[in-house]
Amino acid sequence: MQAKTSFIKALSAVIWKDLMTELRSKELISGMLVFSLLVIFIFNFSLEMDARTRNSVTAGVIWVTLIFAGTIGLNRSMAVEKDRGCLDGLLLAPVDRTAIYFGKSIANLIFMLIVAAIILPVYSLLYNNNVISLGLILVILLGSEGYVAVGTLLSSMAVQARTRDILLPILLFPVIIPILIAAVKASNGFLNGVPFNELMTWIYLLIAYDVIFTSVAFMVFDAIVEE
Amino acid sequence: MSAIIEVHNLIKRYGHKPVLKKLDFSANQGEFVALLGPNGAGKTTFLRILSTLAKPNFGSVTISGFQLPNQSAHIRQRLGVVSHQPLLYGDLSAEENLKFFSRLYGLHPAKDRIAEILKLIGLEKRKFDLVRTYSRGMQQRLAIGRAILHDPEVLLLDEPHTGLDQDASNILDGILNQVAMRGRTVVMTSHDLGRVANLASRFDVLTRGFIQASINIKDLPKHGLLEYYQDVLANSDEKVKAHAS
Amino acid sequence: MKEKPLKLKILDWVTILLFLLATAMVFFYAPMERVMGAVQKVFYFHVAAGWVGMLSFFFAAVAGIIYLVKKDEKWDLIGYSAIEIGIVFTLINVVTGAIWARPIWNAWWTWDPRLTTATIMELVYFAYLMLRQGIDDPERRQRFGAVYAIVGFLSVPLTFFSIRIFRTIHPVVIGGNDPTAVGAFDMTPLMLQTLLFSILVFSVLFIDLMWHRIRLGQYMNRVDELKMRLQD
Repeated sequence: MQAKTSFIKALSAVIWKDLMTELRSKELISGMLVFSLLVIFIFNFSLEMDARTRNSVTAGVIWVTLIFAGTIGLNRSMAVEKDRGCLDGLLLAPVDRTAIYFGKSIANLIFMLIVAAIILPVYSLLYNNNVISLGLILVILLGSEGYVAVGTLLSSMAVQARTRDILLPILLFPVIIPILIAAVKASNGFLNGVPFNELMTWIYLLIAYDVIFTSVAFMVFDAIVEE
Repeated sequence: MSAIIEVHNLIKRYGHKPVLKKLDFSANQGEFVALLGPNGAGKTTFLRILSTLAKPNFGSVTISGFQLPNQSAHIRQRLGVVSHQPLLYGDLSAEENLKFFSRLYGLHPAKDRIAEILKLIGLEKRKFDLVRTYSRGMQQRLAIGRAILHDPEVLLLDEPHTGLDQDASNILDGILNQVAMRGRTVVMTSHDLGRVANLASRFDVLTRGFIQASINIKDLPKHGLLEYYQDVLANSDEKVKAHAS
Repeated sequence: MKEKPLKLKILDWVTILLFLLATAMVFFYAPMERVMGAVQKVFYFHVAAGWVGMLSFFFAAVAGIIYLVKKDEKWDLIGYSAIEIGIVFTLINVVTGAIWARPIWNAWWTWDPRLTTATIMELVYFAYLMLRQGIDDPERRQRFGAVYAIVGFLSVPLTFFSIRIFRTIHPVVIGGNDPTAVGAFDMTPLMLQTLLFSILVFSVLFIDLMWHRIRLGQYMNRVDELKMRLQD
């Protein structure tokens, strides 16, 4: 008998479970979406978003919205595991802990991308100005990956703390600032029609950050779940 | 008979607080061991170590010939665990929960096995309902179903009767009896001496960090479990002294 | 309770003497900078404090890795002590930086890459303290602390790098001045000697403080143990 269920099988099981749960409850994505819309509206009034301001702040608004909504999603996604002791249930199974980490990360990434796929058209619609471009999609993909890689790791710590409601953003935000800077700068470039090759620095930087953060998270995740 | 669980000299501390102090324990195949003891005696910690969720500071644990913690994947494959939380997803149906865990245990596709389990725990009719709509008793039945899905050699239960009413407890006992009859080894902690007396074949008293006494059901005096238990607790000071030396 | 070891007593006195010497060097040995005047004197301890801050956080990350491998709480104490000390020195670094910035750049705060990174770094370690505060189980607190010390330290150079590129690509920023241009000066050999000596002294101070902090931690553990024994 094989000792461990294969990595791919375990990984796909965790992703399937997260998507299935979300399909049922729709709590996570609807929460993130409503929150995102509220953030955009609040920005609109607090920044007086006329055409000129918009040019310079759109990238920032989009990323702040995504990142705030992201913490809601990450918190919820881990709270589900803690609710009925499910995390223990996962750990009891003969699977690699990293399969659990990557499964949760990929599911969280999917949720974030779904939210992005909805708020970008909505933003374009609200301001009658198409912000969507291939470059921006690439940046959102890369930025979200890095964010979720660290976020999944830190949310699995935060959820086990007494102060779990406030802890995640405090732990997460100072650490993901490099990703945020690169993502905002690259997005800003694409939104203002800067040619692709001039923005390659930021893209490469994002890829490098993604690789660094994902591999470190992968290495230390064991330490968070093993008592 | 060969011992399927062997624990030797187990020490577990939380910070500077010792919880388990040189605990020895063993269980043979087919035995149904009830672990009794007051709150805070270390029963849950002991079960968490057996279930590979917590690591001991010192000592050896062998289950089915596999050593903890190095061979924990092998052990997990042979272990079913019911904790005082159900370890189930509220937003999935009973069937989906079982399907998910069957995939984690590499059993997929396991349609027949899932149907069999649902029948055993009596949840066939409600298998499409979300688990969060279930009563505590139904959740606990499903938790047992999840634990025995991969037909484990050893079943560990932590206070499975907590929060259940009379009927739900009876149903639970029926399921447990069926599992025990298949020659599985069961270790269960409980507060409810009356209930345990009808289920277990052996009674171990875990208090102040180690197993202070163990008695087989055959050797128990009539109506004696409660008396026996109180007797052990009353004499625990001497035992602690003897154990320490 | 053990008495303070002789070596530590000696180190205490050596640290104090070295510190007095460094202060004297800053004021009397190093020449007055022509443009900036007396306020430039803050520079020596400013850099030295920043150095100790980085050093502490580096130690904490290394201690974190060793803790995760060995699961020995000694390394948790070392890492935690280093971070506490690092937080204090980084704060000194940021505050002296602001004191310097006020007359030179005419603002208490500039979004200079180094100053910004130092402050974000400080926030990372405040978060570290809050994480520890929020966890009751000591073993879990140690594990999570180690993980965060590693992840946090890793993000510091990345943050610096991002902000640095952020500046070079967009040289014209709000506020106008390029911070490396204004306030830059050529160091004379005497200045360099003073700076290097200050860094050395602060490093000795760091070792002295670490020693005291670890001893304190050991006493705290001892008290915990005795309390547990009483309870038994």
